Amino acid sequence: MSNRPQYLRRTRQQWINIALQVLLAIIVVGLIYGAAVNASNNLAKANIASGFRFWNNTAGFDISQALIDYSSSTSTFGRAIWVGLLNTLLVASLGIVLATALGFTIGIARLSRNRLVSHLAGGYVELVRNVPLLLQILFWYNAVLKSLPDLRGSIALPGGAYLNNRGLFFPQPQFGTNFGYVVGALVIGVLATVMLHIWARRRQDRTGEPPRTLTYAFGLIVVLPVLVFFAAGAPLSFSFPEMARFNIRGGTEILPELAALLVALTIYTAAFIAEVVRAGILAVAPGQTEAAQALGLRSGATLRLIVVPQAMRVIVPPLTSQYLNLTKNSSLAVAIGYPDLVQVAGSVLNITGQAVEVIAITMAFYLFISLTTSLLMNLYGYRIRIVER
Amino acid sequence: MAAADRVYLRDAPAKLLPAPVASTGVLGWMRTNLFSSPGNIALTLICVGLVVWIVPSLLRFFIFDAVWSGANREACLPTELQPEPGACWAFVRVWLSYFVYGFYPASERWRVDLFFVLLALGIGWLAWLGAPRRDLGAVYFFIMLPILSFVLLSGVPMLGLADVPTSLWGGILVTIVVATVGIVASLPLGILLALGRRSDMPAVRLFSVAFIEFVRGVPLITVLFMASVMLPLFVPDRFSPDKLMRALIGVALFASAYMAEVVRGGLVSIPRGQYEAAQALALPYWRMMMLVILPQALRVTLPNIVNTFIGLFKDTTLVFIVGIFDFLRTIEAARGDPHWATPVTSVTGYACAAVFYFVCCYGMSRYARNVEARLARAHRR
Repeated sequence: MSNRPQYLRRTRQQWINIALQVLLAIIVVGLIYGAAVNASNNLAKANIASGFRFWNNTAGFDISQALIDYSSSTSTFGRAIWVGLLNTLLVASLGIVLATALGFTIGIARLSRNRLVSHLAGGYVELVRNVPLLLQILFWYNAVLKSLPDLRGSIALPGGAYLNNRGLFFPQPQFGTNFGYVVGALVIGVLATVMLHIWARRRQDRTGEPPRTLTYAFGLIVVLPVLVFFAAGAPLSFSFPEMARFNIRGGTEILPELAALLVALTIYTAAFIAEVVRAGILAVAPGQTEAAQALGLRSGATLRLIVVPQAMRVIVPPLTSQYLNLTKNSSLAVAIGYPDLVQVAGSVLNITGQAVEVIAITMAFYLFISLTTSLLMNLYGYRIRIVER
Repeated sequence: MAAADRVYLRDAPAKLLPAPVASTGVLGWMRTNLFSSPGNIALTLICVGLVVWIVPSLLRFFIFDAVWSGANREACLPTELQPEPGACWAFVRVWLSYFVYGFYPASERWRVDLFFVLLALGIGWLAWLGAPRRDLGAVYFFIMLPILSFVLLSGVPMLGLADVPTSLWGGILVTIVVATVGIVASLPLGILLALGRRSDMPAVRLFSVAFIEFVRGVPLITVLFMASVMLPLFVPDRFSPDKLMRALIGVALFASAYMAEVVRGGLVSIPRGQYEAAQALALPYWRMMMLVILPQALRVTLPNIVNTFIGLFKDTTLVFIVGIFDFLRTIEAARGDPHWATPVTSVTGYACAAVFYFVCCYGMSRYARNVEARLARAHRR
């Protein structure tokens, strides 16, 4: 007989629970072990190496868009994956900016008192949300951009840009040596404006005098850099794209793959962001608006000072998860051959055959982004929680 | 004299005046809703302009100028008479059976039709909240239907149904199979994972959280790649599942992680008192869950479950990328057919796919909204 007191003895249920957990652990470990054994057998049979040694081998395949120097003959697989990763980040960050702008517009339009506007916005949301993103990407790529005129029939756009089925070609700015001064002036202007704003806020807290910093901000951020620009001898020129016989020389270009992906992601995600924004604004109790009006605030001030701060509390968490969705959805690039992380990793996988390692790298990147973001979201949720008495 | 100092008294209520013309009827509605301020007028004009610009050209392209019949691309090419032909529906008509069945042998296609009917029966039984014996419906949908469909679609030679390898399946059939397997597998798995995440047992909780967060953190494509490239490595050669099966496993795992979070939302919304009452009645864990908690949790979360299904249904298109002939892939394949190469073929094909997906997803979302309204009514007293 055990001489432990009654209240410290485990009940039958607790023993069952412990047994269940041990069983689960054994099953999981067993599955992983079995998978590992099978994998090493199968890999050995297929004569495929394992480990990450391939990372430093020469890649030998081309990538159509690289933000960092890359060449198929000298660059390594590791560099190729970095190129893909940067391309993913590029399309994701552009997409987030555009989708936010469009999504907020549509979301606010859905709440408009003008019935025509709200119904049009509603129709947009319903149409876009109920059609698969992959279909939309294929539509923009194959049916719209690929059916643009070819090189000879390029559409000339204002400002020296050309549009054809190989992409959008536009002038590339060439920065002169003195351009650093302009950037410096801009940085100084922004910093000074921030400091001015802080000072004006403190003064408002102290004296109640409202901050009037707009003119100074304009002067510091716009006028100062422009003056410096001309003082430095206008160190900026453009390289214009020129039609040659078989291609377009000079300038810079947006690939049709990037454009199609960007348009589809923006349109698709904007519909979801619109719903998030609408829900957030509707979540602010109408009494808040009425109270603000009773205090004599105008509608603009009501929106800015009362509704938006409270709506943001509701909007930001689902908005972030839409941003994550956009980033994950950008992996559909593989369907149209935009060289994002998944597409480049696919090429690496095909050449090396090292499926486990390559997929692990890809997943690790997306997991890192998701988990970091949800960590930040938890911190944000903690900061903006309503502190009650 | 009495008449002279009598004060005027009204002996009947005054006649009601009609509301001002400007605030009633069509005119009034337009005034308040469309033309209430200069900014509003400008918005209205812009929107009207947009509609007038887009709608007629869409109608012209998809209906009035569309080509409805023809044997090959000649029918849909620009001609003297019709320099700008509209959508080439003739192309869809010719390829329709391919879009629905893929390469499924023509003599066996009745099996696919029967599968569609059985599936529609199951969905109707479960979706109609007032249907009799919905518990039997659940048994039918989650246990009998999968077995029946497997027997029907892939065939059992012993029963006189010829084997049809999954490589011949295609089109809407595959889309529906992937979506259905995702739904049938993800709901029970998702419930288990959600319960695991709220369990008292640390090992179970850790496993559930790790699985859910891992799967939700990565794109479906990488899960599908994992299923289609890594799964054959992880199992001995003779058990290696075929291509469709691998994709189904990937989709099911992916969907169950999302389902788990939706179900967890429902579990959280059940007040503590319900758990405590069940425990006071000495119900053991599983009976407490089956009899008290889950029925309530699943009911309140039904709209979200349907929304997850909509997402899943749209995501089935991704099996395209791992080389399975789902509906979208058959459209892509048909689009490239040189016999039908015209400037409008692609647009027509994509429009056809968009209509299909839109009808399915919009139907589901209307259903979810109706259920939500019904629940809201039930909660109001």
